[in-house]
Amino acid sequence: MADIKTTDILVVGGGAAGLSAAAEAASHGAKVTVLESDLHLGGQLVKQTHKFFGSKDEHAGTRGYKIADIILNEIKECGDKVETYTNTAAVGYYKNDGIVTVMRGEEEYFKLQPKKIVMATGAQERIIPFPNNDIPGVYGAGAVQTLMNVYGVVPGKRVLMIGAGNIGLIVSYQLMQAGVEIAAVLEALPKIGGYWVHAAKIRRLGVPILLRHTIKAALGTEIVDGAIIQNIDSGELTHVDCDVICLAVGLTPTNEMLWQAGCDMKFIPQLCGHVPMRNPKLRTSHPDIWIAGDAAGIEEASAAMVEGRIAGLAAAEALGFAVEQEKFGEYQERLNSLRRGEAGEKIRSGLALAQVADWGDE
Amino acid sequence: MQLISEHPVLQYQHGKKVEFSFDGKKLEGFEGEPIAMALHANGVHIYRVTPEMERPRGFFCAIGKCSSCFMVVDGVPNVRTCVTPLKEGMKVETQRGKGAIPMEGETD
Repeated sequence: MADIKTTDILVVGGGAAGLSAAAEAASHGAKVTVLESDLHLGGQLVKQTHKFFGSKDEHAGTRGYKIADIILNEIKECGDKVETYTNTAAVGYYKNDGIVTVMRGEEEYFKLQPKKIVMATGAQERIIPFPNNDIPGVYGAGAVQTLMNVYGVVPGKRVLMIGAGNIGLIVSYQLMQAGVEIAAVLEALPKIGGYWVHAAKIRRLGVPILLRHTIKAALGTEIVDGAIIQNIDSGELTHVDCDVICLAVGLTPTNEMLWQAGCDMKFIPQLCGHVPMRNPKLRTSHPDIWIAGDAAGIEEASAAMVEGRIAGLAAAEALGFAVEQEKFGEYQERLNSLRRGEAGEKIRSGLALAQVADWGDE
Repeated sequence: MQLISEHPVLQYQHGKKVEFSFDGKKLEGFEGEPIAMALHANGVHIYRVTPEMERPRGFFCAIGKCSSCFMVVDGVPNVRTCVTPLKEGMKVETQRGKGAIPMEGETD
């Protein structure tokens, strides 16, 4: 079967988690193939203009898009151990023989038979129901970031942001960096969901963050030319002038291939959807499949990078490459430190429900 | 094109400027950047019209997942324009309905 490509480890997704997994596995000797559906590697990292916090080990103090460069350089140093494909998506997993079908561009297909797989497929955006939510001008927050931060295209003149979690707050600030006006940031909850430091940045610039407010309808026949918003407590309706409505209402893990592979999945609200059960080395119930990053539960990029390290190391170990056992402990410590305190409470409680101590086949 | 001229953090590096057509109209964009971005920069926001309700659809997720930005590109329908790189002379058309499969040997 000459038309089936082979590799030691297939990493699906070339974002924060996937690139970290590839770097870690390749540096221990494995031959790694990375598939990225976008036109470039780096995932969400390349869209982030703010300096990360968290821990120095995960490049705190460095802007997101520069962190992507650091990991890409590390991969470059692995030479021909890592092969990367962009504009290439894994579209199917065949359980009987472990073959992955791959689509390159829109027309070209090939098959890949890896020994091990790290699924680092990330997340996709949620949408909320309201009249006219399908017309052009209603955009996902990640899409707005791609437009302005990757391609330098002006998303619109005046944006209504839905959601005051970290993404809604950060993207609002990024829009202002790009010279776009923010009409308001709406948040249905009675408190701001994101970090105070992100909220303070846009409040200082005079952007109203309206708590207990939601969008009632997008206005416009062909494209967005306004919105009706509503105070949830009083019911009062207000008209807002805007040409873009940006949805930052949460993400959900992308994990269709884990379902195809028959991994044990569980709905865990704290992790924002169905996620695979995993052991401490991030292996799923499938003996050849590991997970890392948002696909394992919605968190943030620093944790995704460390999870990538663990999954990459564990997949290399399973192939028989020599790995330093103490590294697993070090990475786990880093995760614990990123997840400590009040901000990490939700993720800690979610992960507790997704943990399996031992699959019994190791 | 509606491009960000100044940014406090980022420096944009665009590729070669190329010409392409949108519904017969000549537009400019950057080679290798997604078709959807080039259209957006040219102020084009309606990419397709849905089969049953005839609703306008455009840019939405930008990661090739939502199918909102499907268009007919060089005669091929349902192309994810947010992740398909722009090339010189590409023929991009608004997709109406489900799109027709181009038949072997068919030219226009």
